[in-house]
Amino acid sequence: MDTLLQVSSGLLLLIGSFLCLSGGVGILRFPDFYTRMHAVGVTDTLATAMILFGLILLNSDFMVDVKLVIILLMTLFISPTASHALANAAMHNDLAKQKDNKSNSEVKPSNP
Amino acid sequence: MAIAFAIVRMKDLLAIAMLLGIYGLLSASFFVAMDAVDVAFTEASVGAGISTLLMLLAISMTGRSEHPSRHKPLLALAVVIVTGSLLIYGTLDMPYFGSAEAPIHQHVAPRYINDSMQEVGMPNIVTSVLASYRAFDTFGEVVVIFTAGMGVLALLSVVGRPEDASKIDSFNNSMHEQHLILRIVTKMLIPFILLFAFYVQFHGDFGPGGGFQAGVIFASAIFLYTMLFGMSTARRVINRSFIEILAASGVLLYGSVGVVSLLNGKKFLDYSVLASDPVAGQHLGILLIELGVGITVASVMVIIFFNFADRRGFTQSKESKDT
Amino acid sequence: MLIAATLAILVVMIMATIRAFVGPTLYDRVLAVNMFGTKTVLLISLLGFVMGRPEFLDIAIVYALINFISVIGVLRYSDHFILKDRGEQKK
Repeated sequence: MDTLLQVSSGLLLLIGSFLCLSGGVGILRFPDFYTRMHAVGVTDTLATAMILFGLILLNSDFMVDVKLVIILLMTLFISPTASHALANAAMHNDLAKQKDNKSNSEVKPSNP
Repeated sequence: MAIAFAIVRMKDLLAIAMLLGIYGLLSASFFVAMDAVDVAFTEASVGAGISTLLMLLAISMTGRSEHPSRHKPLLALAVVIVTGSLLIYGTLDMPYFGSAEAPIHQHVAPRYINDSMQEVGMPNIVTSVLASYRAFDTFGEVVVIFTAGMGVLALLSVVGRPEDASKIDSFNNSMHEQHLILRIVTKMLIPFILLFAFYVQFHGDFGPGGGFQAGVIFASAIFLYTMLFGMSTARRVINRSFIEILAASGVLLYGSVGVVSLLNGKKFLDYSVLASDPVAGQHLGILLIELGVGITVASVMVIIFFNFADRRGFTQSKESKDT
Repeated sequence: MLIAATLAILVVMIMATIRAFVGPTLYDRVLAVNMFGTKTVLLISLLGFVMGRPEFLDIAIVYALINFISVIGVLRYSDHFILKDRGEQKK
């Protein structure tokens, strides 16, 4: 039982750090603000959730568990809201979107 | 250090505010790595959050870019280099960071560490040093904070015109659709933040926390409300005279604890006379003065923020908003 | 495992700082600061576990809140002053 907990917590931590790293690479390499925000917003919350779950599995004290769950809930609330607020403000202030050169820009909607 | 360099060199003040936020977070991480939990707590709440907000308010009132400097301050640079190198030379003689023979570890600190548990009865030594052994210093800090708030009031206070109730409501409604999601999430978060502030305040005996941090967290909840719901609504929630009375009463609470111990025959701010058992007296005294500190810090921060923001609204009402 | 996760988060924080330096617009920098903040929350939680002091979690909660409030503050600021560069003093 104990080793199962250790192994699964290690796995969750691994997934979490991988997501984190990919978010970091994304924020450096993506060409435009909106795409960067997409990278950060998605991977941030998910990585936090994974890592916090891994930490919950690791420890035994009840109060620490409660605090970890509180951080998790708060991050689930706060992080998407902050992303939404940022994107909304950028749209509202007409931050330019970068035109994509490769795909065709004439996307016809399918007939209903 | 690279961040500090970038802060000094960049001209765009807004980017500087962002970088200052990162700087505050980084230094708090350093404090955590050095195992100084209370300091990291205070640095987190004040340096990383509130300073950024206040700096943003100041920038919004002045301007976004820095004016180019007219002259190269070579003389000042020379003075700084000389003084800095002298200081560094002076520190070469000091014992290593954290070594056991350093004077600071020899004289007073062992007594605090050894006797704090019997005399005060609290696991958190930082709080016991701050609130009991060095209570007079903390009293001075609280009075300084109060004076800063009074200074801001004296300099910046604008007598408000009575607003139309209808104008306030229409302004609220127009902002409502734009920030709908933010408003809903904030309404759910603010009670939690206030509760957390109380938790930090009263948990300061056992874990990191205490009056200063709790006051800042409490004030930040009010900042959040003000930012999203408009200045006039926040003014109606927290009356101006109420907050000023609250700030003064915090200091008053602190001082009266000291005076009560004076009246009971012991020295100023000696808590052992407050209850029958000296240790219980220490607990009660520390509780009361932390409460006073928390109240004062929270109300002074709210006063400063309201006055800054009011000033900005005053100058801004002369331009047109095309929202 | 914990140490590896801590190192990974440190690397990501450095990446976010680079973006905060470079990012051409304001919003890039705000995004970088936001990401830095959430990674700091994780870093403090992990450090608390590595060093065996679970009191750090209180600090992590405070950071998360402060991060949120700062981002909202910047956005409200840019709401009112729509990114115009104001070199001159307002009266």
